[in-house]
Amino acid sequence: MNRESSLLERIAVHAALLLAVAFALYPVLWVVATAFSGALTPEPRALPVPQEPTLEHLREVVGGSRELADGTTVWLFGRQLLNSIIVAVSTAAVGVLIAIPTAYALARFEFLGKAAGVRSLLATQMFPAVASAIPLYLILDALGLLNSRTGLVLCYASTSVPFAIFQLRAAFEAIPIDLEEAAMVDGATRFQAFRKVVLPVARPAIAVTSLFAFMSAYNEFILAATLLDDETMFTLPVMLQRFIGEYDAQWDKFAAGALVVSLPVMALFYLVQRHLVAGLASGGVKG
Amino acid sequence: MLASLARVLPLLVGPILLLLGSLAQAAEPIRLWHAYRGAEEEALTEILADFDGAPVETLAIPYDAFGSKLAAAIPLGEGPHLYIDSHERLGDYRRRKIVVPVGDALEAGAFDPVALAAVRLDDEAWAVPLSRKSVALYVNTALVDEVPPTLEGIVALRSSLPKGVYPFAYEVKKAYSHAPLLHAFGGHMLTDDDRFGFVGPEAEASVRFAASLVEQGAVPANADGGLVTNLFKSGKAAFAMSGPWLAADLGDAVPYRVQPLPILEATGRPMQPFLTVEAVMLSPHGAQRDDVRALARHLAGAAAAEVRQRRARTVTARLDVAPPADDPLLAAFIAQAEQAIPMPTSPAMRSTWEPADRALAKVLRGQADPASALEEAAHRFDDVRRPPPPPASPLPMLVILSALTLWGAFVLVQRARQPGMRERLRRSLPAYRYVVHAVLAVGILVILPLVVGAGTALFAGPAGETQYVGLANFVDILTARGGPLLSTGSFYLVLLVTLLWTLVNVVFHLGLGLGLGLLLARPLLRMKAIYRVLLIVPWAVPNYVTALAWKGMFDQQYGAITGVILALNDTLGTSIEPIAWFSSFTTAFTANAATNIWLGFPFMMVVTIGALTGVPKDVLEAAEVDGATRWQRLTKVVLPMIRPTMMPAITLGAIWTFNMFNVVFLVSGGDPDGSTDILVSEAYRWAFTREAQYGYAAAYAVLIFLLLMVTTRLLERTKGRWDRAGRGGDS
Repeated sequence: MNRESSLLERIAVHAALLLAVAFALYPVLWVVATAFSGALTPEPRALPVPQEPTLEHLREVVGGSRELADGTTVWLFGRQLLNSIIVAVSTAAVGVLIAIPTAYALARFEFLGKAAGVRSLLATQMFPAVASAIPLYLILDALGLLNSRTGLVLCYASTSVPFAIFQLRAAFEAIPIDLEEAAMVDGATRFQAFRKVVLPVARPAIAVTSLFAFMSAYNEFILAATLLDDETMFTLPVMLQRFIGEYDAQWDKFAAGALVVSLPVMALFYLVQRHLVAGLASGGVKG
Repeated sequence: MLASLARVLPLLVGPILLLLGSLAQAAEPIRLWHAYRGAEEEALTEILADFDGAPVETLAIPYDAFGSKLAAAIPLGEGPHLYIDSHERLGDYRRRKIVVPVGDALEAGAFDPVALAAVRLDDEAWAVPLSRKSVALYVNTALVDEVPPTLEGIVALRSSLPKGVYPFAYEVKKAYSHAPLLHAFGGHMLTDDDRFGFVGPEAEASVRFAASLVEQGAVPANADGGLVTNLFKSGKAAFAMSGPWLAADLGDAVPYRVQPLPILEATGRPMQPFLTVEAVMLSPHGAQRDDVRALARHLAGAAAAEVRQRRARTVTARLDVAPPADDPLLAAFIAQAEQAIPMPTSPAMRSTWEPADRALAKVLRGQADPASALEEAAHRFDDVRRPPPPPASPLPMLVILSALTLWGAFVLVQRARQPGMRERLRRSLPAYRYVVHAVLAVGILVILPLVVGAGTALFAGPAGETQYVGLANFVDILTARGGPLLSTGSFYLVLLVTLLWTLVNVVFHLGLGLGLGLLLARPLLRMKAIYRVLLIVPWAVPNYVTALAWKGMFDQQYGAITGVILALNDTLGTSIEPIAWFSSFTTAFTANAATNIWLGFPFMMVVTIGALTGVPKDVLEAAEVDGATRWQRLTKVVLPMIRPTMMPAITLGAIWTFNMFNVVFLVSGGDPDGSTDILVSEAYRWAFTREAQYGYAAAYAVLIFLLLMVTTRLLERTKGRWDRAGRGGDS
């Protein structure tokens, strides 16, 4: 394969990517500038540079602690970060675990109700959630899952399942069926073939799907604020939202909080994208 | 013996049970919810430390979530025993039955009569007043020596102030901050009988006056709360109208003092702001407990008022607490509170803001004269407040539903009796084991709430007073509430905007995502990991934050885009005018779309990268060996191969964009004049700003659902036909 590309072409590729990076980063740099600004002078400026740089906002967002009823003091931000990560990781794990077998069944089996099932999955994505918050609250109350991380995870995971199923089903369908058949000829059961042959090949798709589930849970605010009744249980977006009050918003602290909140996501993506490269390099499918 | 024991036992057990019961009650903590931050929250903590009753668990809730959280929790007996909120919510809360009269929690004769009147509904106190809040006039004493007594006098200072300094900064486009001017002209927002008050000669005069302030350059045109703070803080506004929260932000950035709002020379009347009374409210289950009512008394007591006054500088609602002599700021806010007009408690008040804000903005943009804009606002208010349709008999719907169920059962039985059905069912069993948990999870936690939510579309009326009305909501929406079918806010016009919105976004998401994904998949690309991580940044930062950042960038006066335009003008000598992004449909729509494209392309890029990992290298190599050009390899090999993996993401991306509420709501907010609203943001407005008409909102949701369902079915059919035709050609 002709791998060497001309110098001109390489420059063009990097120029296009740098342009895209500039587009992607410019608004975020304003958030960064706001987060580190000690003063916000209203002047039209083209470059996002902090004014009177300070770490004050960052310290205030991250530093808060709270004394609990039993007298112990907790580092509130740390607790909430932990909550966010626990909730998002569990959501990704539960959601993807629920989705994988279903996606596999949809990709490989014919069964009664399959078409109707796929259609209902798609239908769940079309319905705006504007009127379903209170029914959901009642259901969780009946299950005894209000004000618990478990309840929150179950809601997020179920919500993420339809998309995860679609994503994974497509990925499973792209895997040649001969792989499993070969394994089954070698004496593996269907389930063994699925676990030992299909899942490893589908790893990049599973990684991307988990990332999607993680992201949606990590940034969700409305449901978390409605279901949780304890500050030490709050997730980070709920904490962030508190900087917006009835009459005023503390943009500098809001921005500082947003930066801290997005760091774990970037770190996670960095890990996942290496995984993607790994998937690409091993090639996996050699039909 | 036994018999006598049996007689004595209840006597013995009874008191023990009672004792245990009271112990249990004493041990159960009291739950208190509030939305305080900073100094006010610290004051609350200090006040609670002095309470010797049951332990108190406080919960600070984001202001945005307060109402909906109360409405969800209290009817179930969950949630707080008492909560601190603004008095103007009482009418709505009473209707929803989440607040009850305070009874003996209110100390007689202790409170300011105006504050007390504000928490009364039908001659009964429904909350215990804590503090009074209103805006007042901030004066930058470095810029102004002598404060003119009239607003006209303040405006006239413009010529003597340094260049670039506004005489007066306030949120000129907001009805809340326009109210003092309206009151000075003798007008009011809401009449005593709940009709829209912001019409007629006084209202028109007040709006004309506000427009002239902007025209003369005396007041910044597009200031929101944050900008007012920044202008005053940086010495770019000599006066500002704001509340006590501004003082908390100012620190010692500028020398300032506070005094009541000036007099309007044109009428000789003072500018009276709205007064909000912050008050303790009791939930139905909380009000039954003696210690909860005791806590309410404690929170509103004299000692607590002293603490709040000292630590958070709030204006108490009590008569017997004197302000500290050395706090002129507090004295000024007290003087202003004495002159302020309590916000009406009627639920109708909440419906005045949206039409009033839009009318103000429209006049200030110069797109309507005051009279017609306010007429339109009154019409919109009536539209929201129109009486709910008459209750219908549920019988026809029940008949239809049972007929459908019967028919469904009949079809099922028919199918089950078909030969081979049993066999197919038996062969399906293994597959069911793979799907059962997904069916349960999605069925209970996703589909069930949606179906119940959809069911509310058959009910109408404000929350707490809903009744079954059959399909009246749908009829109402589909006939544009009796107005012209393509008028602003009509279902059909909003649908057109939504379709355009979806199309533009999906095209750009896919174009950018696919392009960047393909570039990043180049095997020998350097710095690939760095590019990948930097390019998903828009997706990683929470979108409600970045959407607001974009809104700031689009500000005509101080936004970054104006900054870039000015920098271009400086360096290249061009003379491009800064753009007023939110005053025309095209630019406002572009602003929304730019934000959403920016937010959404990384998703499509990641999906593309994921899909490309599934393309085997040997296929590409084979194509190259066969002499395919690069373009041919892309269009004939790569794209067809990743299409199946991409399709679900594209379909779902389109559906999600169709229902993308955040960006429209946060960036343009529907401006100008509601024209950039999409269907789902209309639905949210009915649910949250227009008197909680959940049934109406749910009807919108059902219509959105049906539209999307029919469209995808049609697309599926066409696609199926194409696929079959394609296969036919191949064979």
